[in-house]
Amino acid sequence: MSSKRFAIGIDLGTTHCALSFVDNEHSEGEEILQGLLPIPQLTAPGTVEHRPLLPSFLYLPHPDEFDPTDLDLPWAKQTDRFAGELARNLGASTPLRLVFSAKSWLCHPDVDRRAPILPAGAPNGIPQVSPLEASAFFLGHLRDAWNRLYPSDPLTEQEVTVTVPASFDPAARELTAEAARRVGITDLVLLEEPQAALYAWVNASRGDWRNQVRLGDVILVVDVGGGTTDMSLIAVTERDGVLELTRIAVGDHILLGGDNMDLALAHLVKGKLDAVGVELDRWQLLALTHGCRQAKERLLGEVELSRVPVVVPSRGTQLVGGSIRTELTRDEVMTVLMTGFFPEVPITARPADRVRTALTKLGLPFAHDPGITRHLAAFLSRQSGATADLADFVEPAADADFLHPTAVLFNGGVFKSPVLRERVIAVINGWLMADGAPPARQLETQDLDLSVAQGAAFYAHVRRRGGVRIRGGTARSYYVGIESAGPAVPGLEPPLQLLCLVPFGLEEGSEPVVAPQEFGLIVGEPVRFRFFGSSVRRDDQVGLLIEDWPAHEIEELEEIQTTLPTGSRRRGDIVAVNLQAAVTEVGTLELVALSRQGSERWKVEFNTRGAD
Amino acid sequence: MSDQSLPLLKRLLLAARAFLRIVQDREQAAAWIKIERQALLGRSTALADTPPDAALLLLSLLQKEGRLVDFAKQDLTRFSDEEVGAAARVVHQGCGRVLADYFRIAPVRDEPEGAQITLPPGFDPAATRPTGHLVGEPPFSGRLVHRGWRATEVRLPQVGTGHDQSIIAAAEVEL
Repeated sequence: MSSKRFAIGIDLGTTHCALSFVDNEHSEGEEILQGLLPIPQLTAPGTVEHRPLLPSFLYLPHPDEFDPTDLDLPWAKQTDRFAGELARNLGASTPLRLVFSAKSWLCHPDVDRRAPILPAGAPNGIPQVSPLEASAFFLGHLRDAWNRLYPSDPLTEQEVTVTVPASFDPAARELTAEAARRVGITDLVLLEEPQAALYAWVNASRGDWRNQVRLGDVILVVDVGGGTTDMSLIAVTERDGVLELTRIAVGDHILLGGDNMDLALAHLVKGKLDAVGVELDRWQLLALTHGCRQAKERLLGEVELSRVPVVVPSRGTQLVGGSIRTELTRDEVMTVLMTGFFPEVPITARPADRVRTALTKLGLPFAHDPGITRHLAAFLSRQSGATADLADFVEPAADADFLHPTAVLFNGGVFKSPVLRERVIAVINGWLMADGAPPARQLETQDLDLSVAQGAAFYAHVRRRGGVRIRGGTARSYYVGIESAGPAVPGLEPPLQLLCLVPFGLEEGSEPVVAPQEFGLIVGEPVRFRFFGSSVRRDDQVGLLIEDWPAHEIEELEEIQTTLPTGSRRRGDIVAVNLQAAVTEVGTLELVALSRQGSERWKVEFNTRGAD
Repeated sequence: MSDQSLPLLKRLLLAARAFLRIVQDREQAAAWIKIERQALLGRSTALADTPPDAALLLLSLLQKEGRLVDFAKQDLTRFSDEEVGAAARVVHQGCGRVLADYFRIAPVRDEPEGAQITLPPGFDPAATRPTGHLVGEPPFSGRLVHRGWRATEVRLPQVGTGHDQSIIAAAEVEL
């Protein structure tokens, strides 16, 4: 038993952060004493208010933009940057100084995530920060808010869980861990967000979850937040007669969320205004988006409403006459959401492919297809064999074309609307019915905005004190690319082989695995390897060489690289090494090059510097 | 005053009666607290200037969220009701948000408007005000015309000490 007083869960979200905590000293078994940190933040110049969520927006003000004391926080005098509600609101008038979606940039493979690149495309003279720095800043804000409330139990001395999307690749996880270390968090573990949502559900059931699921259940977690969609499959398994949870698959990283829906509605309404000759500037479009969000929530919540007025206020003092009145109807909301984002599609549907053009400006790789149900169909189909390897697990439809979920857990602010939850359930059950399978049921959830933080704090608490754990290990197998020796053919790339370094499901803290193949590394020179991952190849063992593979099974990730320091060796010498892989206690993937005798080891880094 | 000549026994009986009333009846207790407070103030009403800071803060919140100052300052004579109505939605939504975010507001009386209610002796006239045919001694009986509002909680934001509160809304210059 640890002596640390608090177990802390931090949801470091794309659009919001939240911090939940469990008081270890006053929690026993299923009786958990849990709280939520009120987060002081600037809400207007010179005004600090507490909010349950910290908007993940960072504003870099001009030195003359504010009276310097107007940016003070209770714990700090700050002049060059601040996060939270005021930061987000300023984006409406001065977007070029606002850093947003830093988390999506953190997992963007084509940019250097340690370089000051945000705000993206800012003109000269505007300071920039790196995605890593922005993430660390939000964590620092939470740390300071916590320390002010609990000065004798500082955050850096507690057990801390920080959540990441299940779809985060090893490099993005490593960067998240680095951001946490930067603010001084030492006792750190990373947790996938859909798992955190399921932990929150387990905790809320106070032990009754074992009666609500049974062996053989496959729980689909669908998490649609402000900016991202994240999916996971978690099976209910059994060990020594006790029910367990095993995460068997995670979905791709999809930059698509509630903000896209509000924006789509705003553009629809803008189109109506355009048609009558009313033009909106950027500020008004943002105000319109706010208005559409509120109107959407009312229309989804109150079934008797058929239309809700939306007013874009004038920017100047002449409110009457200068404001633009329009309205949003139920039909419009339903059309945009139901046909645009949650279309009723067959299980064979697939998201439209992203067409990459070489000349596009470097930006976030937003999902090309807004159809969340199409992404879902692709995910379930790709994972049709996900339960095949589970011992004692007889999936009723093992030879079906898609994995049959038996229960669905929703998460993320978008699913506050019961209409949208029912829609997704209906679409899934349509697929199941067509396959002759029983319908999936919905697991009841409470705080869709806060459950990731709550589940993370619960996990931080039970991790060292026993209690239910979701097993699973890595949700991908990983490979290095080896160019096979052979006569060069002009115009053809040399054939590539893949060597399996990390098997699917390698668990954190387990023995490291070493591929027997040796590599010659040149001393003093950086050596790069192409790096690959697969979310479906569950049976590849360490050391396996693959020559042919279906393109959709394996995707290329960022390169990995290492440099052997010269030290006692001469620059240019070649040293034979083996590559070893392990998942650390923190939950990050660690690759090491071992010398032949195993006496020396060099860390192999993920290349987070982007493409050259 | 003749009251000061009350003998001890009479005063003891009076004290016992007051004790019972205060214990048995909330309204009586509240009335007693007022009497004590007035005694403390030496029966003179203390008038204090309301500090402007909280008022200015509230005004800036109502302006920021609900554009209240813009709305009230504008001359509406040449506008149609439809135009006024559209702007009123902004004011209504935003000011409603301010009330919801910074106050907890409950009706003073739980009875529905129109109900017959009785005001016992010692009722708090600041919370419930009798009007109309106001003669004789309480208990008064009458019809509830307005339920009243009571702020049960105020949680205004913290403001930096150096912040110029007199700026209700900063002028904006788009560069």
